[in-house]
Amino acid sequence: MDFALLLEIFPQVLLDGVILGFMYALIALGYTMVYGVLEFINFAHSEIFVVGAFVGVEILLGLKNAGALDQLPPFLVLLLILVAGMAVSGLLAVVIERVAYRPLRGAPRLIPLISAIGVSFFLQDFVRLIESVWRNAFNLVYPGMEGLNRRLELTATVDVPVKALVVITASLLMLWALHLLVNRTKLGTAIRAVAEDQATASLMGINVNAMISLTFLIGGAMGGAAGVLFGVQYGLINPYTGFIPGLKAFTAAVLGGIGNIPGAMMGGLVLGLLEAFAASYLSLLTGGAFGAEYKDIFAFSVLILILIFRPRGLLGEVVRERA
Amino acid sequence: MKIQRARRLYSVALVALVTLVALVLPGGSLVAQGKGTIKIATQSPLSGGQAALGEGIKLGTQLAIEKFRGPLDKLGFKIELVPYDDQAKPDVGVANAKNILADKDILVVIGHLNSGVAIPSSEVYKDATLAMISPANTNPTVTDRGYPNVYRVCGRDDVQGVVGAEFAKSLGTKSAFVIHDKTTYGQGVAEFFKADAEKKGIKVMGFEGTEEKSNFDPIITPIKARNPDLIYFGGIYDQAAPFFKQAREKGVKSAFMGPDGMDSSDLTKIAGKAVVGMYYTSVAGPVSVYPQAKQFAEEHKKKFGKNPEPFAAQAYDATAIALKAIAAAAKGGVMPSREAVSAAIRKLKHTGITGTIEFDDKGDPRKALYFVLQVASDDPEKWGENKEVKRLSIAAPSAKM
Repeated sequence: MDFALLLEIFPQVLLDGVILGFMYALIALGYTMVYGVLEFINFAHSEIFVVGAFVGVEILLGLKNAGALDQLPPFLVLLLILVAGMAVSGLLAVVIERVAYRPLRGAPRLIPLISAIGVSFFLQDFVRLIESVWRNAFNLVYPGMEGLNRRLELTATVDVPVKALVVITASLLMLWALHLLVNRTKLGTAIRAVAEDQATASLMGINVNAMISLTFLIGGAMGGAAGVLFGVQYGLINPYTGFIPGLKAFTAAVLGGIGNIPGAMMGGLVLGLLEAFAASYLSLLTGGAFGAEYKDIFAFSVLILILIFRPRGLLGEVVRERA
Repeated sequence: MKIQRARRLYSVALVALVTLVALVLPGGSLVAQGKGTIKIATQSPLSGGQAALGEGIKLGTQLAIEKFRGPLDKLGFKIELVPYDDQAKPDVGVANAKNILADKDILVVIGHLNSGVAIPSSEVYKDATLAMISPANTNPTVTDRGYPNVYRVCGRDDVQGVVGAEFAKSLGTKSAFVIHDKTTYGQGVAEFFKADAEKKGIKVMGFEGTEEKSNFDPIITPIKARNPDLIYFGGIYDQAAPFFKQAREKGVKSAFMGPDGMDSSDLTKIAGKAVVGMYYTSVAGPVSVYPQAKQFAEEHKKKFGKNPEPFAAQAYDATAIALKAIAAAAKGGVMPSREAVSAAIRKLKHTGITGTIEFDDKGDPRKALYFVLQVASDDPEKWGENKEVKRLSIAAPSAKM
């Protein structure tokens, strides 16, 4: 076993894991916030994520065709596609809630879940339909932006691409903003009040429906931002791209304690790191007997272990108080 | 509890929906138009990430039917093309195969693109001795089973892998890292490459399978640290292209190589500059290397508004063979049986646009061409101009049963 090699790639693997982890964390927020207020899993969230990625690529391709992509400063372009992706995904989430979930608010909890699965399938194929009519394409490629592809070489094996820094910074900023919004503002207090007890919250003069819409808006916007960052980081998207990251982010939310916002961030990071380390190290540590293809098995085995000892997740599930 | 139930429910709902979709989708074949209709089915991925190649196979077949339908028209038969979408998935291919079997007018299947789909599907065709002529399947098992109804017009991976390793050696490669996509085709050809490379003294630093489609970071990091001379990707362009792109972006300097699964203009569409100069082996040369195929390329461009994808010419030849065999089996204007068509193919000698094709008793072409090609430009439109570095004509190995 090549011990020197293990040490040599350690910082790079750590970086890969952190990037992936932040991506999961951003998506996981959407699951966890909706669960916090409505106690149901919004399975359409993975498609909200993909729609964000598609909005980003369409704007980039539009700019590129107009010849403006290389003229504008890359960070401005990035900001533009982030905001656009967040806006479209956030609004989409609000619309989905209004159309597919609100009419089922009083129904048994499994009914909106099925509705969510339906919305998920609908959106997958809707995006595919639009893209095949509009561009006759299945896979779409994020056009490279000069400046973002530059790498800062630290050592021979460790280098930090500018875009990785961008992804990490953007994620951190958004997570911090969300934290402030939920914990320090009146709106945040109202959302938390609705999560705690809808009936009492409405008696206190809080517009429950508006707060639920706001929750979907924020969760969707985070998902859309994650979609744009995913596209920028990995470069290739298709209408079914969201399924696996969505499932993993959902797992991350459960791992951190579903309904718990800091938990979702932490769960995302833990899962991303587990996956990166498993994929890079399994084959080195086992002499090739277990390759990178076992990364999910390894990561999920660890998850099961954690959940056996902490069934409510790392930071604890948010349990609603009942009168 | 709630979550567990929710997740279980999700998977149950998923299975139910997929079944429903699978039931509804392939049933779209046209209703038989009374007596005297002969149908040729294609099976290839028409949707999803590999649709570029799958669509190429369908279009090549369509063009061949229009071109060579004359003799059968004279006998009073109506020829129809029924395209099936196997989605590059074995289960979908088999489900389609069962539908194809049920349609008695279908006498030949042109397909598939993926060996992993062709092998289980041809088990179904075999039940009715329905001929399958493959334009693209290179895995040895396809013909090594010795079925009387299975044919291919292209080469095999046990040769292609060796051709790749030989060429790598001639480039002065000392170390290689091999990655594959875990499919019958990708893993198969990667193993042949690895075995022969080791025999020739190339150090194989690792052999990894992955189904990942977007995030290759964790695989690239250890490769970069080891810095092999060459990275060989046994798989298909829709997965290899983002891998190559991300590897270059992360500063990997190794040369890239792959088998015929790289052979699509979508490789450069996705990976751009990262793959310019990379080598790939193929059993289907670009149309420009076949002198007789020039007219085919022009007609294709005129009719469909784009250049033929690789394997379109092979599908064209496979269809020409199929029509010839049907005409031979339909002497006197009687609707031939599927068995008769399968048997007639074996006796044929056909000079098509990709060369003269004659089958051995396993259904392999007696001699097949193998190419080493180099990507010339990052413009997908110029895929057909890829440079031919080497061309070999090699006989099919005999079955190692």
